[in-house]
Amino acid sequence: MPAALIRIENLRFRWADDADFCLDIPLFEVHAGERVFLHGPSGSGKSTLLGLLGGVLVPECGRLHLLGSELTQLRPAARDRFRADHVGFLFQLFNLIPYLSVVDNVLLSCRFSARRLARATAAGNSPAAEAHRLLTQLDLNASLHARQVTRLSVGQQQRVAAARALIGQPEIVIADEPTSALDAERQVAFLELLRDECDRSGSTLLFVSHERRLATGFDRQLSLTTGGAVSAGGSA
Amino acid sequence: MRWLLILAARSAWNRRLTLGMTLVAVALSVTLLLGVERVRHEARNSFALSVSGTDLVVGARTSAVQLMLYAVFRLGEASNNIRWQSYQAIAADPAVAWAIPLSLGDSHQGLPVLGTTGAYFEHFRYGDGQPLSFAAGVPFSGLFETVLGAEVAERLGYRLGDRIVISHGMGDSGLAEHDDKPFTVVGILARTGTPVDRTLHISLEAIEAIHLDWAGGAPLPGLSIPAEHVRKFDLQPKEITAALIGLKSRAAVFRLQRKINNHPGEPLLAVLPGVALDQLWQMVGFAERTLLAVSAMVVVVGLAGLVAVILASLGERRRELAILRSVGARPGELFLLLSAEALFVTLLGALLGVALLALLTTLLAPLVQAHFGLSLSAHWVTSDELQLLAAVVAAGLLASLVPGYSAYRLSLADGLTPRL
Repeated sequence: MPAALIRIENLRFRWADDADFCLDIPLFEVHAGERVFLHGPSGSGKSTLLGLLGGVLVPECGRLHLLGSELTQLRPAARDRFRADHVGFLFQLFNLIPYLSVVDNVLLSCRFSARRLARATAAGNSPAAEAHRLLTQLDLNASLHARQVTRLSVGQQQRVAAARALIGQPEIVIADEPTSALDAERQVAFLELLRDECDRSGSTLLFVSHERRLATGFDRQLSLTTGGAVSAGGSA
Repeated sequence: MRWLLILAARSAWNRRLTLGMTLVAVALSVTLLLGVERVRHEARNSFALSVSGTDLVVGARTSAVQLMLYAVFRLGEASNNIRWQSYQAIAADPAVAWAIPLSLGDSHQGLPVLGTTGAYFEHFRYGDGQPLSFAAGVPFSGLFETVLGAEVAERLGYRLGDRIVISHGMGDSGLAEHDDKPFTVVGILARTGTPVDRTLHISLEAIEAIHLDWAGGAPLPGLSIPAEHVRKFDLQPKEITAALIGLKSRAAVFRLQRKINNHPGEPLLAVLPGVALDQLWQMVGFAERTLLAVSAMVVVVGLAGLVAVILASLGERRRELAILRSVGARPGELFLLLSAEALFVTLLGALLGVALLALLTTLLAPLVQAHFGLSLSAHWVTSDELQLLAAVVAAGLLASLVPGYSAYRLSLADGLTPRL
C-alpha cells in the first residue's frame, strides 16, 4: 500500500458559534491514483470538509495531511498556494466567471500557480493550446471554445470547469456534486469523461455527492454521516 | 499581480453601464472642483494684473474695496464723484508724477465708457508694468473721437472710422441715447486681458459735451445743442469719478494718502491698490473657501456613489470570488481586485474631469471673457490643481479600501462555498 495522498486523523471542526462539532473524523485516507466516491447527504458537513481540504478552513484539532504536507501547520498564504498548486476544484453550478472567455476560464488555474502553468506547457504547448486540447478531450467542440461562457449549456459549462480543474495536472481533483444539474444520461457520460481525464493526468479524484447511484465505477466508496463521521460505504 | 489588474479591468468592463454612470459622476465632480479652483485663480490673477504702477487710487469717500471695484475693474457704480478742483489740487502736489482722471457712468451696448485724458494712454500700466499699445489708430484728439478696448472692437465688429452712439447710464437696454452726438473710432488698443479691453475711451470734454443739454439723467425738453456748437461752451469738467495717481517716489505714498484723506474741500479716499486688493481677497476668501468646500463635498458624494455601486455588485460576485479562491487566490488578492476597480474608476474619473474642464474652458472662454472680463486660459493643470487632483485620488484610494475590505471579509467567511 503506497503512502496516503490524503490522510485525515482525529480531525474535529466546529463553527465559531456552534457548540457541536459538525465534523468529527477519526481516520480518512485516500491513496494516490484512487478514485473515491464520498457519499454525503446535505447537512453532513460536506462543504466544511471541502473547505478543510482546500485549506480555507482550519480544524480545531487533528491532523490534515495532503501530499506529505501537514496543512494545519501551514500559514494561510501557504495553504492558498498549496491549493493553487495541487488541488483542482469542481463545483455544483456556476463554476465559470461570466466575463472571461472559455479559454481564460480554463487558464484561471494557471494564473495563480506557476507550477500548474509549467506543467500545462511542459509538452511544448502554449497555455491556450493546452486549454483547447483539454476542452476537446472533454468533448467540447472547438467551435464552442470561442463562445461566451454564459451562452454555453450547463453541461458544457461543467466541462469547461472540469478542464480548469484538470489543467496543469494537479495531484488531487475534488468534485462537489458537479453533475447535479445534469440529466441522468449526461451525468454518466460526464462522470466517465472526468474519470478518464483524471487517469490520463494521473490525478486522484475525490468525488462528493449525495446520490449513491453515481458511485458505480469508483474504486472506493465512503460515507459522510450526519454529524460528520466517515465510514466505509463498501466497495461499489 | 498583473493578471489581477487585467481581471479587475475585465470585470469592470463587464459592469460598464453602472460603473460608467459613477465614472461620469466622479468626472463631473472633479471638473467642478478644478473649475472652481481655476476660476478663483484666474479671477485673482486678472484682478492683480489689472493695475500696475499706480500708487494711489483716489475717489469719493467710500470703502477701499468699492473704490477699487468701480474705478479699476468697472464693476458697480460710484456713489459719489469728486470735484475737478480737488483733482487739480492733488495732481498739482509736488510728489505727484502723473495723474489720470477717470469719469464713468455712460455705456455703449452694456460696455463701460470712460472719460479720461491723453495721460491715460501715456501712464496707465497693467500686468508687469506694460504700457497700453495701439493695435490700430491713435489716441483721441478731437472732441467726438473714441478709442476702443480690444474686446469692444472684436465683439461689436468695429473698425477705425466707424461711428457709434453712447448711451446714458449703465445697463444693457432701455437707456436714453446720446444719439445726436455720435463718436468716431480713431483707435483700437491691443489686448491686455484686463478691464481696459471692455472699455470705450473718450475725452473728459466729450463727457461734458454729450451732457450739456441734459439734466437729471434725461435730455432737457426743448433744448438741443447740436454737436457743431458745443465747442462754444465751457467743456471743463466739473466732476470726475476717480483718479489714478503715480508718484515720483513711492516713499511719499503714505504722506500723500493722509493728505488726500484729510482733504479740506470734500471727503476723499485714497487707497493703495495692493492693500485694497488684499482686503478684497479677505472679503471673498470666505466665499471662495465655501465654494471649494462644497465642490469637495460633491467629489465625496461621487466617491461614495462609486463605493456603493461596487459594494452592491459584491453580492452578485460572491460566487466569482469563491471561484477565484478555489483556484488559489488569496484573500489579499481579492482585496486588491476590488480596490483596483474603485481606484481605476477614480483615476479615470480624474483624467476625464481634467479633459472635460479643458474642453469647457476652451468652449466657454469667449463667453466668460465677454461677460466677466475674465480670461480663462485653456492650459492643462497648474500645480495647485494638481494638488487637488492628488487629494481626489487619495480620497479615491481611501474609498477603494471599503469594497476591498468587504471582499476580503466575504472571501474569508465564504471560503469555497458562498452562502447565497
